[in-house]
Amino acid sequence: MSAPILEVENLTKHFPLHGGLLQREVGRVHAVDGVSFTLARGETLGLVGESGCGKSTTGKAILKLTDPTSGTIRLKGVDITHLSRAQMFPHRRVMQVIFQDPYASLNQRMRVKDIVAEPLGNYEPDSSRAERLEKIAALFDRVGLRRDALNRFPHEFSGGQRQRLGIARALAVNPEVIIADEPVSALDVSVQAQVVNLMMDLQAEFELSYLFIAHDLAVVQHISHRIGVMYLGRLVELAPKRELFRNPQHPYTEALLDSVPVPDPRRRRKRAVLRGDVPSPINPPKGCHFNTRCPLAFDRCFHEAPPLREVAPGHMAACHLR
Amino acid sequence: MTLSPPAVPDTDPVLQVDDLRTWFDTRDGVVKAVEGLSFDLRPGEILGVVGESGCGKSITSLSIMQLVPTPPGRYASGAIRFKGRDLLRLTPAEMRRIRGNEISMIFQDPMSSLNPVLTVGDQLTEAIVLHQGLDPRAATARAREMLDLVHIPEPERRLREYPHQLSGGMRQRVMIAMALSCNPQVLIADEPTTALDVTIQAQILGLMEEIREKLQTAIILITHDLGVVAEMADRVLVMYAGRKVEEADVVELFERPQHPYTRGLMRSVPRLGADGEGSATRLAEIPGIVPALTNLPAGCAFADRCAFVTDRCRAEYPPLVPRGPRHLAACWHSDTLPEWTA
Repeated sequence: MSAPILEVENLTKHFPLHGGLLQREVGRVHAVDGVSFTLARGETLGLVGESGCGKSTTGKAILKLTDPTSGTIRLKGVDITHLSRAQMFPHRRVMQVIFQDPYASLNQRMRVKDIVAEPLGNYEPDSSRAERLEKIAALFDRVGLRRDALNRFPHEFSGGQRQRLGIARALAVNPEVIIADEPVSALDVSVQAQVVNLMMDLQAEFELSYLFIAHDLAVVQHISHRIGVMYLGRLVELAPKRELFRNPQHPYTEALLDSVPVPDPRRRRKRAVLRGDVPSPINPPKGCHFNTRCPLAFDRCFHEAPPLREVAPGHMAACHLR
Repeated sequence: MTLSPPAVPDTDPVLQVDDLRTWFDTRDGVVKAVEGLSFDLRPGEILGVVGESGCGKSITSLSIMQLVPTPPGRYASGAIRFKGRDLLRLTPAEMRRIRGNEISMIFQDPMSSLNPVLTVGDQLTEAIVLHQGLDPRAATARAREMLDLVHIPEPERRLREYPHQLSGGMRQRVMIAMALSCNPQVLIADEPTTALDVTIQAQILGLMEEIREKLQTAIILITHDLGVVAEMADRVLVMYAGRKVEEADVVELFERPQHPYTRGLMRSVPRLGADGEGSATRLAEIPGIVPALTNLPAGCAFADRCAFVTDRCRAEYPPLVPRGPRHLAACWHSDTLPEWTA
């Protein structure tokens, strides 16, 4: 097993809340609360959880689009946690991003060839325009866009094509890690399958590593090798996907899996496994964050946060009962 | 736990949509958002309407509610019969007495349908006073009853709160309470759980089922999620580019889909727990994209994306024909499609 390409250790991101006359800090949103994981070369790690669980903030902090409150991020062994923008420049080439809404992430006034060429120009300033154009045209072939679309504007593309554009732009600089934040959740299912397949093909071809952040468990299960489940800022379970689906160890993971509607009318299940809502991340419950909804919670869960520890080879869970 | 979907008795339909055409006149031409749609809805039935963006599923519900802006929209043909009356021929005043009263609707995003500056109580009682003619005190009592029905804890307190003080799941419950407050015979739910997390979605779906049981409300459930349809619907209607391409009872549809589009949809959805080791398998794709509604081909709208396409498909639109018990599909080649394996 080679060294991981990305290592995240004890990552924390708190957003201060200001209020009152003097705009003092009156509270903190605990968006990410001590998250640790590694990503191997050529691996897809799925990160799932419900809205507000901190999965997107985790991705943003790793990309350094937001500064982590504490913790360490190592990319190919280099600690990038405190690098400045300028120092970050060479590392950004290694790690690229794909966003959920391809439309919002593409400049509408630029021709798509220029959008895809922009990162190339940053990283290969010595290349000629013709060389860059040729590279982009080849990328278009690869992601399934027609070359005659090079001169068009983003609004002339469908949702699925725009996501292909987003992928082409991310790939232009030959990255090794791609952080994909809900890359297919805005797409219709038939088109979603096209994009998921494309991402899997590209991974095999370029040995890419994906951090695949999404709320759709079925999609995450399909594309990932390992899956991390987040709840209220914390990673509650992390396991190879088969292991996670066969043998979930955290009560939240179990509830989450049971809540997904199955496209088989003969397998209708009793529903509403979990009562109540996710508590606010401003004042998360003491102890285990899941204690307000957990059917198994006992005394210890209310004052002591369970650490994430190995419960079976390669299978981590954060629950006092495991 | 295995439950088979309850059989809906063959009662008279509460709502009948007959050859509905909802068109929009735009600069780019006529957008045929709904094109020759017919279906029946029976009391206590949950009818799932599935399809991707632009298939006409939302315009169908807005047509039933008479909420399509005219112009640019118009009803080019058809009838929507509710209790013996054609909704398309009612005056606006007559329609207002039905909308939100006998037929009501819940939307995907409860925040956009709740008034942010009125309390939950004000909004709930407004419809009750208007449609049921109750005095304010009785209306408040009824509103509290409705919050109980949708399992909102501390209803007294919630009545005094504003929408922003509620969580997403709670807002959707308030919307449902509001929609049910006048005992509608028909409830239209347009992607009611799409904006919610799965554990909350499970709660809301359970609530809708409970309400159907208790009140015998007929529900039109519009969704893009085949999982939601499989768990909720008695009968399913599949739409593509403004038309109904297939309709059947839920088990029949999932076990013997007869339209290549329905089959493509079912195959392209990854299934939880169905996958083996590694991520080696590919999802089945439906190639291409949905055609523009301004420029629909003369023949089958799915032809360009279909693996079974022939010249006939491009020349003539296939009629909906019976393909099994209570099963309709619009495909020239349904009888020669390969055996379906999920």
